[in-house]
This record gives sequence, C-alpha cells and structure tokens, in this order.
Amino acid sequence: MIAHSIFFYTFSLIAIVSAIMVTASKNTVHSVFFLILDFISISCLFIMIGAEFLGMIMLIVYVGAVAVLFLFVVMMLNVAQQKNQWFVGQQSSKHIPVGLIISTLIFFEIVIVIGGWKYKPEIFDINNSFAQTSISNTHSLGQILYTDYIHVFQISGMILLVAMIGAIVLTFRQRAGVKRQSYIKQISRERAEGVEVLEVQSNKGVKIDD
Amino acid sequence: MEYLSIFFEEVYKILFLLVPVLVSVAMIVWLDRRVWAFVQKRQGPNVVGPFGLLQSLADALKYIFKEMIIPSSSNKVIFILAPIVTMTLALIAWAVIPFSATQVLADINVGVLYLFAVSSLGVYGIIMGGWASNSKYPFLGAIRSAAQMVSYEVSIGVIIINVLLCVGSLNLNDIVLAQQSMWYVIPLFPMFVIFFISALAETNRPPFDLPEAEAELVAGYQTEYSGMMYAMFWLGEYANILLMCAMGAILFLGGWLSPLEIYPFTLVPGAIWLILKILILFFLFALVKAIVPRYRYDQLMRLGWKVFLPFSLIWVVLTSSYLFYFNLLPVN
Repeated sequence: MIAHSIFFYTFSLIAIVSAIMVTASKNTVHSVFFLILDFISISCLFIMIGAEFLGMIMLIVYVGAVAVLFLFVVMMLNVAQQKNQWFVGQQSSKHIPVGLIISTLIFFEIVIVIGGWKYKPEIFDINNSFAQTSISNTHSLGQILYTDYIHVFQISGMILLVAMIGAIVLTFRQRAGVKRQSYIKQISRERAEGVEVLEVQSNKGVKIDD
Repeated sequence: MEYLSIFFEEVYKILFLLVPVLVSVAMIVWLDRRVWAFVQKRQGPNVVGPFGLLQSLADALKYIFKEMIIPSSSNKVIFILAPIVTMTLALIAWAVIPFSATQVLADINVGVLYLFAVSSLGVYGIIMGGWASNSKYPFLGAIRSAAQMVSYEVSIGVIIINVLLCVGSLNLNDIVLAQQSMWYVIPLFPMFVIFFISALAETNRPPFDLPEAEAELVAGYQTEYSGMMYAMFWLGEYANILLMCAMGAILFLGGWLSPLEIYPFTLVPGAIWLILKILILFFLFALVKAIVPRYRYDQLMRLGWKVFLPFSLIWVVLTSSYLFYFNLLPVN
C-alpha cells in the first residue's frame, strides 16, 4: 500500500506541476512539452486505478496524435510576433471577462462534483454503475458502450465526422496554375503521344512546348 | 527487506532482457550493412573480428571517444533530452514482448495497445531533436517525419484491429496462442503486406527515409548531433526497427509458436522461434533498403492516406462480416 501511495503522489505531483508550467512557461513549445508530460502522468494515474484501457487510449490519442499536431502548429507559428499582438497592449483586456466567466464556471463545476462526492458518496459507488469488476476493463467498456449507450456512441461518432469534414472544407482551396501529376496518365502514356519526329529547317527553330 | 528483494529481482529481469536487446541491436546494424553490401556486390564491413562481427563495437568505441558538440544557439535541455527519449521509448516497449508462454516481463491486459502507444510516442524524439537544433535542415526533417509517422500510425492501428477481431483479446500471449491452428499471415496476407510497408514508414527506413534524406537534408533531424548522442539516436532507431519486426512476428507469424507442432520442432524453445522470425523480417527490411529507390513526399502521403487506409478499413469490414456470418467471433 505504501508503494502504491508513493507512486500516486509522484504522478499527481508531476501532473499538477506540469499543468501549472503549461500556463507559466514563457516559451510556447515548452508549454506543449509540459502538456505532454501532463497527459502522460494522467494516463499513469488511469493505469493505477485499474483503467488500463483508458490510460493507453489517452497515450495513443492525446500524446501520440493530438499533441503532435499542437507541436506542429506551435512550431510553425511565428510566436514571438503574435505574442506582441495578443498579450501586450490594449487588445488583451477584451479577453479577460470571457476568461473570467469560463474559469468561474469550471470552478463551480469542480465544487459541485467534489461536494457531491463528499456528501452523497453512494452516487459514485462503483457497485451502482454498469461496470462489472469480474471481467477485464476493455471488455466491460465495450459491453457498456455497444449496448446501453450505442446511440450516444453513434451520435458522438457522427459529430466527430462532421467536425472532420468541416475542417477539410474550411481549409480546402483549389489553386489555379498548379501542375499536378496523375499516376494513371503517366503510366498509360504511349510512345506515339510523347515522341514526334519533325522536319527541322535550318535557321528556323521548332516550337516544342504548347 | 521484502521490497528490496522484489526490487532487485525485477532489476535482474530487466537487465536480462535489455542487455541481449542492446547486443542484438549492435549485431543487427552489422547485418544490415552486410546485406546491403551483398546486394550491391560489395563486401561490407569484414575487417574487425570474424566476418566483421565486431564492427559495431568498434563504431561504438569511436562514438564514445568523439566530442559531443552542443550548438550554442540550440535549446540545450531539449537537445540533450531528444536522443534519451528516442532510446528509452525504443527500449521500454520490449517489456511486453512474450518470448514464450511464461517468459514475459510484464504480461499486461492491453499489451498491443501498449506497443502501439510506445511506437506512436517515438515521434517525439525526432521532433524534439529537430526543433531544439535550431537549424533549418533538422527542422525540415522533423516536420517531415512527424507528418509521416502520424499518417502511417493510422493504418497500423486499423491493421491491428483486424488481428484483434480474430483474437478477441488485447493480450500479446493470447494473440500468439490464438494462432495455434493457423498463423494470421495466411488469412490476413494483404494486411501483413501493408503492415510491413507501414512499419518501414513508421521507422523511417528506406524507401520512406524522407526525414533524413541525405541528398536533400544532410542528415535530417540528426544533422547537429555528434558523438554519443548521435549513437543513441542510431541505437534507438535500430531498436525500433527490431521492435516493429517483433510486432509483425507476434501479430502475423505466430510469435513464439513453432511452425509445426511435431517432434523435432517442439524441442526448440519458443524464444528461438521468435528470434528467427524477427531475423527473417529484419532481413526483408534490409533487402528493401538495398533495392528500392526513395519515395517522393507526395507519393508517400498518397500511399498512406489514399491507398493503405481505405484498403485496410475495407478489410476490417470484410473480416468482421466473415467472422459474424460464419459465427467465428471469439467470445470469452
């Protein structure tokens, strides 16, 4: 039990410190690296409570894909220039009320959850939930997701699909004058189309490109 | 005292796994260069030791005694961290590889997911190295490799789903045992081919070695590295290649199972069979490096997203409908 709590406090300490460092560090790329550290320690905590499937999915989806894209975007942006535009000067005061509202909302949500956990512990009792402890984590998740919550599951899939299509539509643009290579055209070319024998008269060139 | 003995026992087990892995990584570098040379009718490294077997040792000595240069404008912490991350991630994945029914360091429920997660984290070593170098070629190489690895991970994930549909468990030992009647390379042969090619792209091997294309980017993300840090990138890369071979052997070639369950074959321990299968896959990796020209970047992306992903998705539908229709779905 001692080893268990040592590991728990280590991981949660790392998670909290790196979460603070995400907002505190000056360099944006460092923030993303701290975010990744945060994700990894959270997934370690998931594994510690026996939710190994969720922990691994957290690693694969958030650290393996989402954070890579974050890093991509942050590295490509000219951060030093935008810092001046966003965080310094008159413009920045506009964002403060919105941020305040959102953070107050999150604060009250946390208060409600912790209060409920403190005064109505039976709501969070594991025996009342659908999860069975006798079978493996992955198995019970699948049994719940694909039976009781199949519609919610499908709807969330549809929402993700719509978001994906929307992102593609927003960034898609057809540029004129771009030379593209078509594999089928290249492979199915015959000699007759590519080569032409011309009679070239002296002192008069031939126009080859059309 | 009890904790201490557990601790030392675990450390002993880990060393017993990691030291052979590191030695085999060194040997595999030699094998790679040798196969590459033979395809091109050269001799390859054949001077140090018998058949040049100690060449990697000599190389390692050379790297250790070279100066480690840290560029003055680089981001020093991340610059030093990058090869360490690459190396660590390549080694920790070996914890779940089963060498026989009992010889496995951590027999966890979600072994396949762990392997997949660790191999998808491998991109960080490259991105960190490329960005922290604060130089153009490493940065271009890092961006190329990030896009490439994220793209090919998707198709590897879908291929793994195909195997999991047939097994009904995420445990690596269960996956091996489910292939007792038939290795999955036979019913899922197209998936095996796609897995092999995606593994080439995932480990930045030729013909997909765009991140370190020496004709365009000097050495890609490792341009600024020297001495032992460069060697660590190198070791991590080859450990990753071996890991991908082991993953292919477990998912498709029956892991530690012997090819025929008859008398002389059953005497050989499972670990030997697994190592043989890994070596066969690695031999293919080395052959491909020697005989295939490099892809262009748009061809690479097209292959990943427009060919492999739809094809393996269709194969998921085929596999699951076949299993459902013939009532073969594994139920536990």
